[in-house]
Amino acid sequence: MANRAQIQTRNSALIAMIADEDTVVGFLLAGVGNVDIRRKTNYLIVESKTTVKQIEDAFKEFTGREDIAVVLISQFAANMIRFLVDSYNKPVPAILEIPSKEHPYDPAHDSVLSRVKYLFSSESVASGRR
Amino acid sequence: MSGQSQRLVVVPTVTMLGAMKARLVGATRGHALLKKKSDALTMQFRQILKKIVSTKESMGDIMKTSSFALTEAKYVAGENIKHIVLENVKSATLKVRSRQENVAGVKLPKFEHFIDGEIKNDLTGLARGGQQVQMCRQAYLHAIEVLVELASLQTSFLTLDEAIKTTNRRVNALENVVKPRLENTIIYIKGELDELEREDFFRLKKIQGYKKRAIEKQTAAANQFAEQQSAEKVSLREGISISSAHNLLSAAAEKDEDIIF
Repeated sequence: MANRAQIQTRNSALIAMIADEDTVVGFLLAGVGNVDIRRKTNYLIVESKTTVKQIEDAFKEFTGREDIAVVLISQFAANMIRFLVDSYNKPVPAILEIPSKEHPYDPAHDSVLSRVKYLFSSESVASGRR
Repeated sequence: MSGQSQRLVVVPTVTMLGAMKARLVGATRGHALLKKKSDALTMQFRQILKKIVSTKESMGDIMKTSSFALTEAKYVAGENIKHIVLENVKSATLKVRSRQENVAGVKLPKFEHFIDGEIKNDLTGLARGGQQVQMCRQAYLHAIEVLVELASLQTSFLTLDEAIKTTNRRVNALENVVKPRLENTIIYIKGELDELEREDFFRLKKIQGYKKRAIEKQTAAANQFAEQQSAEKVSLREGISISSAHNLLSAAAEKDEDIIF
């Protein structure tokens, strides 16, 4: 069990986002957004001109930061960096794929749900919905 | 099976047999305990699995509602609301705190959200559509609630998954490697001890045989001596010693030089 990452109990952690503009605006309205002293944000707005490299870098930065507990990522953005999301296996921060407005949610693409399916393909819970 | 022939390299003694038996007892108990742990974890795991699936489903609906609320707010307050929101970001008011939950010795993270400080950008939508903006905020707060719950479930899922794998590996190692090896060692030591016992028994039998033969020889010699003794007695009574009688006969048998005819 030595290889398992230690889970610290923290009093306050942030929620990071990689999503389209509308979703980000919505969550910012709820008060999730944070800008630190160096003008670094805890969200990335994915537009049509955002490159895969930018998403990649943002993902790596958010998952590497100490003060982030949850990373919300739009599914279409997650699909662009699928290899990174799939290879990510740390418990904290948790990666959560969320549906976006233009892209309907496809549970088959979700890295965790596909793992659920892989583990319990015979079980009714996982197989019944697909 | 290759594990069947495996055993520990030990000196086959009674002490070692006792130690091996104690180790086997320990391994059996450990195996039973780990099995129980694995079962408990698996139970928890399945519960989490069910919750994940249902929460993921509800997440879709909630995201839809919140997107719709945002669209409403945009329609009423104008398209430029998003610029106001984007510009007003300072520090997070909605944060997450994590704590640990202990399930059969495995620490599972649990997230819960809380609001830190007063809600900012209250002036957003002051001109028009303020109510829609507040509703939109409520919708997204609700979404965050569900998402944070889902995040903790998902993290528990990943942690438990690994813990179950480790536990099962241990259970299998005890069951298929450690226990057979100890059992084989015990069998080996018992065999060796039996062998030693048989050898000892055989040796004792052998010695007994030797002793018996020696006693027989002795009795035979004694008997012979007694016979001789009695013969001597008889001949003495006749007036001639048996040895001289023997001599007489043997002397007669010998060729005497002095005898002419």
